Amino acid sequence: MEDKKQESGSQPKKAITRRSFLRGAGLSTAGSVLLTTNAFAIDYNEYPVAGEEFGPDAITIKMKVNGITKSLSVEPRTTLASALRDHLELTGTKVVCDRGSCSACTVYLDGEPVNSCMLSVFDVGEKEVTTIEGIAKDGELHPVQQAFIEHDASQCGYCTPGMVMSCVHLVDNNTNPNLEDVKKATRGNLCRCGTHPHVFKATLDASKKTI
Amino acid sequence: MDTRKDKFPHGIPGHNLSEIEREIPIEEPPAWPVNDKLKVIGKRVTRIDALDKVTGKAKFTSDMKLPGMLYAKMLRSKVPHANITSIDISKAKSLAGVHAIHLIENVQKEGEENKGGKYPQVKYAGQPLGGVAAESLEIAKDAIKLIEVNYQNKPFIIDMEKAMEIGAPIVFDVPIAQQEDGGDVGEVHDGSKGKGNVRGPSTSSFFGGPRGDLAKGFEEADLVVEKTYRTQVHTHMPLETHGVVVDWRADVMTVYASTQNTANVRNEMANVFNLPKSKVRVVCEYMGGGFGAKHSAGSFGPMAATLAKKSGRPVWLMLDRQEEHISEGNRPSSIQYLKIGAKKDGSLTGIQQRSHGTAGVGLGAGVGRIAQVLYPCPNFATEQYDVLTNAGPGAAWRAPGNVQGAFGLEQAIDELAEKLNKDPLKYRDLIDKSEVRKVERQRGAALFDWSRRQPAGSGKGTVKKGLGVGQSTWPRFVTLDSSVEVKIHKGGGVEIRSSVQDIGTGTKTVLAQVVAEEMGLEVKDIKVNIGDTFFPVGPGSGGSVVTGSITPPTRNATYEAKKELLKLVAKKWEKDSSELFIKDGQVGHKTDANLKMSFKEATKLMRTSQISKTASRSDDYGGFQQPWGLAFGDLGSVQFAEVSVNTDTGFIKVDKIVAAHSCGRPLNIGQLESQIHGGVIQGVSYALYENRVMDNGTGHMMNANVDQYKVPFSMEIPEIETVIVEEYSARSSTDAYGIGEPANIATAAAIANAVYNAIGVRIHEIPITPSSILKALNKVS
Ligand code: FES
Ligand code: FES
Repeated sequence: MEDKKQESGSQPKKAITRRSFLRGAGLSTAGSVLLTTNAFAIDYNEYPVAGEEFGPDAITIKMKVNGITKSLSVEPRTTLASALRDHLELTGTKVVCDRGSCSACTVYLDGEPVNSCMLSVFDVGEKEVTTIEGIAKDGELHPVQQAFIEHDASQCGYCTPGMVMSCVHLVDNNTNPNLEDVKKATRGNLCRCGTHPHVFKATLDASKKTI
Repeated sequence: MDTRKDKFPHGIPGHNLSEIEREIPIEEPPAWPVNDKLKVIGKRVTRIDALDKVTGKAKFTSDMKLPGMLYAKMLRSKVPHANITSIDISKAKSLAGVHAIHLIENVQKEGEENKGGKYPQVKYAGQPLGGVAAESLEIAKDAIKLIEVNYQNKPFIIDMEKAMEIGAPIVFDVPIAQQEDGGDVGEVHDGSKGKGNVRGPSTSSFFGGPRGDLAKGFEEADLVVEKTYRTQVHTHMPLETHGVVVDWRADVMTVYASTQNTANVRNEMANVFNLPKSKVRVVCEYMGGGFGAKHSAGSFGPMAATLAKKSGRPVWLMLDRQEEHISEGNRPSSIQYLKIGAKKDGSLTGIQQRSHGTAGVGLGAGVGRIAQVLYPCPNFATEQYDVLTNAGPGAAWRAPGNVQGAFGLEQAIDELAEKLNKDPLKYRDLIDKSEVRKVERQRGAALFDWSRRQPAGSGKGTVKKGLGVGQSTWPRFVTLDSSVEVKIHKGGGVEIRSSVQDIGTGTKTVLAQVVAEEMGLEVKDIKVNIGDTFFPVGPGSGGSVVTGSITPPTRNATYEAKKELLKLVAKKWEKDSSELFIKDGQVGHKTDANLKMSFKEATKLMRTSQISKTASRSDDYGGFQQPWGLAFGDLGSVQFAEVSVNTDTGFIKVDKIVAAHSCGRPLNIGQLESQIHGGVIQGVSYALYENRVMDNGTGHMMNANVDQYKVPFSMEIPEIETVIVEEYSARSSTDAYGIGEPANIATAAAIANAVYNAIGVRIHEIPITPSSILKALNKVS
């Protein structure tokens, strides 16, 4: 509702203020940010340097999430985590620390895990975002998800999406991980309930099943 | 009351299993045999809500988004002790997107300090002062920054030992009462006694007051251990913070809450807003971690509701990480003096305990009653003092008091064993009368290979190994206010309803198991609808009460519903309904094997659309120790720790924990393991890592985040093995109890004892850090 309203009312402007917390973060994918209007996209492409200012009003951008291109209207201070949760209602991604120290907000950018709370939604660009909601394909669980269920690797479940993201990435990229590998893959994932032993077991079990 | 006699399994399989006859109310279901003979109880049944959790579909309170919903942020004090002279909200009010602002005003309440000011006095940095609701969280945060608060600062005190000194700034100059959700269970903390910031002492519990004659006890002692142990303040840090979403319509206020106690939040909200309980609905479907601190609506609940009322829109109010650390509870610290006397033969002659702890501006900083009850000793006395400081209030934290108390007691027992020249495990065999802990010691020691243990500090090389043990006890509490409704729907479908919530402990799944076992169905056939106060009232998830309180009425209601269904089948078959049973989804007859009907077919015989039975927790078979629900027996545990200590760097690694536990009849092995892992890992964290660091100069918490508030991540997780000892005591229709608290009590003590065994020097304070190791080894000053 709210998004739509902002969308229709917001015309891309030049010289908009970018929030200071994102300044200097590096516009790694600046040239490829997809915007709804070409005019702005061209402007943006012409000056893809760190320190470029835009905002504070919302801007409409496009983002490919779980294989579907979505259009959303976001303020420049919006993180990827907030865009997913608050704008696209993909609330599987959790925000726990909001400063890159718990991995509850882990998503993939072109297949690589990132902390979405630490990333400006404007830095996503053409990269494809995969969230926990996109891990099961056509209703079929990933072996890691299946193993998490079998080995009781979730308790309250709040860290679980982030844990699953870390473990799926490991299992998809390492055909024969050992315990040490699983520990390394989840070393940034905070879990207060203490699911770690079952997470380790589940992931090792899943890796056997994916060979 | 009509009664009948029935025979129940009693004791520990593989040790002393026998049968016991009990006289029970006539309507109680027949005794269940031991788990081996049951189908779904005691098995590794997968969590029924795991699928939602691993796919990200589980909707927690923080994930809620209602149409028109506003986001709220609390205004909090920036200073630790002050009177507020004025608050200017004019700039915040005119910020676009702000819909409502509310400031907390002074209400004259008994026991509250009222300086005649408009606003309550500030007692700690981070104390809630007000709140803003706006179209986005960012706008709400911007608005908070625009509010100007003028403080008239007062002297404050953060350091507990300084707060005890004469002349220290006084935190409260009035008597205060313990919060209901305060830090300790069972101890009455009387804030009206005592001087200055030191309140108390609390000297008795529901286990009674002092026993015997301490002076005589120490006179009789051949040996005495006399030590002081120290534990830190630590915060709960659940991944989902405290918070609510309030949708206040004309007829009902709906509160979606991240809570361990839907019923209590309902009661508090009804009370604050003077509403009948029937008009407040609290819902908690998924809950992102509690550990004791989430029983109350806090000030965020009423704040969100007030903002919802003022704005006419639903309001989302979840705290941020910093607020969570600062103001939503912590385990109080302790400085415990402990004196234990024993005769040469090892028998205990006296235990004296004196503790001081701070729960900040709250009360409840006791060390529990573990020293009173774990080992029988004729002479005992405790004095437990609360020290008030200008810091955030404590709250119940997994086995309140007992975790601190066990850290002192279980080390002192080890020190005593050493003086007596006895192996710590054998010494416990001598002084511990618990049968279940005896079995836990045996089975745990075998799995752990306790025989490897070497004399303290005898290891060669830089990295030294150490083995240690710690024990615990936790009472069996039962909440009588535990009810469920079980429904059988015509044409199939079985449902259970209660307000009890699943906080990650697996309550939904064990309820489904109990219904399935009794109804002769599979777990997947049962729909569990809980966490909603529009359903029959259930217990709060605290004190390990849930399983012991709610599973017996669950079984009983299912049994009643089943009986009614079987009557219909019996009528059709022209048999006596007592000859019928349901197994594997089929109704059958005990002697006539030809008679068969599927459960679904049977439900079609119903004349109305549902059979609905409600049951409430009744007294234990044979009664309680205390009529309010203190049951007989205890929940005992023995934990073994193996550590490596690098004597050059002071680095400590917990390599392995073997945790041997009992919880009556175990219901779900996988979930029990999970909870034990959680308790152990939190114990490792308490022993070695976490610590709330306060700045004495400003009164602010310095590490109110995830990066500097150190807890174990995957690299610090030890290997954990569990031993679950079945123990039947024939006290209810399920004979099952919880494991939440027991899992957490003994770990820190076991680790401290293992560290001593490794380096030969005892460390009496947690967290045990590299620096405390190097200090103990005289490698740094
Ligand atoms: S919320 Fe992103 S790392 Fe913690
Ligand atoms: S399951 Fe609760 S935080 Fe990991």
